[in-house]
Amino acid sequence: MNTNAYLPCEAEVVERRQESPSVFTLRLRFTDPQVHAAYSFAPGQFNMLYLPLVGEVPISIVSDPEDEHMLDHTIRAVGRVTRGLAQLREGDRVGIRGPFGRGWPLAESMGRDIVLVTGGLGCAPSVSVIHYVLRRREQFGRMTIIQGVKHSDDLIWREQYEDWSARSDVHVFLAADAAGPGWPWHVGRVTGLLDQAEIHGAGGVAMLCGPEIMMRLTVDALMERGIPEADIWMSMERNMQCAVGHCGHCQMGPNFVCRNGPVFPYPEVKPLLGKEGF
Amino acid sequence: MDEAFLPRSRLQLLFDALGAGGYRCVGPQCRDGAIVYDTLSGADMLPQGVTDAQAPGEYRLHEGGGGRHFSWANGPQALKPLLFAPHETLWEVQRSADGRLEFAARLPESGKIAVIGVRGCDLAALRLQDQHFLEGQYVDPYYAARRSGLFLVAVHCSHPADTCFCVSTGDGPAARAGYDLALSELDAGFVVTSGSAAGAEFLSRLELEPVSAVQRQQAGRELEQAAQRQQRGLPGRDLKQALFANLAHPRWEEVAARCLSCGNCTSVCPTCFCHAEVELPALDGAGSGHARQWDSCFTQGHSVIHGKVVRAETRQRYRQWLTHKLGSWHDQYGRSGCVGCGRCITWCPTGIDLTEEAAAICGESK
Repeated sequence: MNTNAYLPCEAEVVERRQESPSVFTLRLRFTDPQVHAAYSFAPGQFNMLYLPLVGEVPISIVSDPEDEHMLDHTIRAVGRVTRGLAQLREGDRVGIRGPFGRGWPLAESMGRDIVLVTGGLGCAPSVSVIHYVLRRREQFGRMTIIQGVKHSDDLIWREQYEDWSARSDVHVFLAADAAGPGWPWHVGRVTGLLDQAEIHGAGGVAMLCGPEIMMRLTVDALMERGIPEADIWMSMERNMQCAVGHCGHCQMGPNFVCRNGPVFPYPEVKPLLGKEGF
Repeated sequence: MDEAFLPRSRLQLLFDALGAGGYRCVGPQCRDGAIVYDTLSGADMLPQGVTDAQAPGEYRLHEGGGGRHFSWANGPQALKPLLFAPHETLWEVQRSADGRLEFAARLPESGKIAVIGVRGCDLAALRLQDQHFLEGQYVDPYYAARRSGLFLVAVHCSHPADTCFCVSTGDGPAARAGYDLALSELDAGFVVTSGSAAGAEFLSRLELEPVSAVQRQQAGRELEQAAQRQQRGLPGRDLKQALFANLAHPRWEEVAARCLSCGNCTSVCPTCFCHAEVELPALDGAGSGHARQWDSCFTQGHSVIHGKVVRAETRQRYRQWLTHKLGSWHDQYGRSGCVGCGRCITWCPTGIDLTEEAAAICGESK
């Protein structure tokens, strides 16, 4: 975009969708067509979204990397900035700088089976992988999507999951720790779906995104099923303010999560994963 | 390397020549009971006949050092605030009545600044800040603008404080690299050596006397004595493994009981780079400034993610600081993040001594 990675560019809210009571999606487009045309990202990368006069937040990009029209960001309204972003309407302006960080290992995954295991809003940073793979379906092996939520009401993109589920070349498994009426899927942890999904043996690539405890349990479960450590990738979350590895907040041992991650192969984060205070 | 002798009576010549070269001189001066770095109009503003006494949690200036200008160890700050500003606006945004946004970067002017009196520890720290802000995937244009116009006149340190341990980190008391000129202070004047092409060229224009063998010897002897005076030290230059193998050591709890989590240590540390981004909206809602300011891993806000604090306890914050500074810095920048300046010991209000904590946790006595 420009040589000053700190400086945002103006973007417009083209569409706003409410996904659940607290989760919404902003579909954004740079107002300068040249900036928009020059922008590209890899699945798993994130942008810094700037709410005018309030501040910035790091938000992963959920749209299809080949969608040249729109940059989608799915956001949960939890903090000062995200609650403000939730108030935006079509036509409102924000700032974007990005994309930042390392995305999912898609080049390394060519020709291999892919299993996505996500929890809660962890589905957002990984959904662009699904779009990416489905566009190039023949270049990848078996595709398994496993998503877990705390309560069945927390599931967003239900229709989307049902559409993927209906395809013969994608295997979808959903779980809710607690389920209300009309939940046809598994009740319990996502790890309980690995047997059902017939995940076993080496050769495939696992991509994880969700609460750290969920990812740690999933790593254990995958390794028990013979998936090597180096084939397990996870998207990490820490306080990010500069997004370029300068401000220091996102450090986890030697890693600047914003720049070295947010997606890491498990061995790179293993030493400090789950250690309180890191 | 060129060298020459600058008699004390002609020290102003250095300032005049730098001024003629278009440089604003910045250097040490006594203010509010401490030695601070700020603009110098001439040699008469330098400290003279002043020395310091430093101990854990203590800093005092008093008379001493005869007629010398640099007979003291570093005060709270030297180079870092000149390059990595404590607070600066990165960009501004204007919002028009119809909601359109206009962003504009606010880059600092890259004025020519000559810093006089830089110590070895601070040159080592500068090298680390350069690596952090300039040599990664992203170049920080704000730091780069300030860095580009810098001319560095180092002073080999002849008066380390009781809290100094640069010998053990390998960063002093001599200025090793990264300067344009270096001064060794003797009673009669200064042995000036050049450390860069710009420095050599500058030195040749001063038309000074040659250095005598006696002067050279005396300068060397004073440096040796300065090194020998240091009592403190770290128990090794690479403590990464020892620290990360001891994350559950009871000493973390013990030091946390003494630590106020105030962030003084990170403010005075010449290598700490953490900063927070803050928003400064105009009262009329028509615009805003987006600034950054120094932050510290000792604050609650440093590790917040959507309402959850990764490091809620002081024990975790002190451990983060030490394991980073002496540990993971090796992975990030190829060496420890500590240059042995001892500032964190002097300026800690409760006198926590990093060398003592590192020795206790890494299981070695000093």
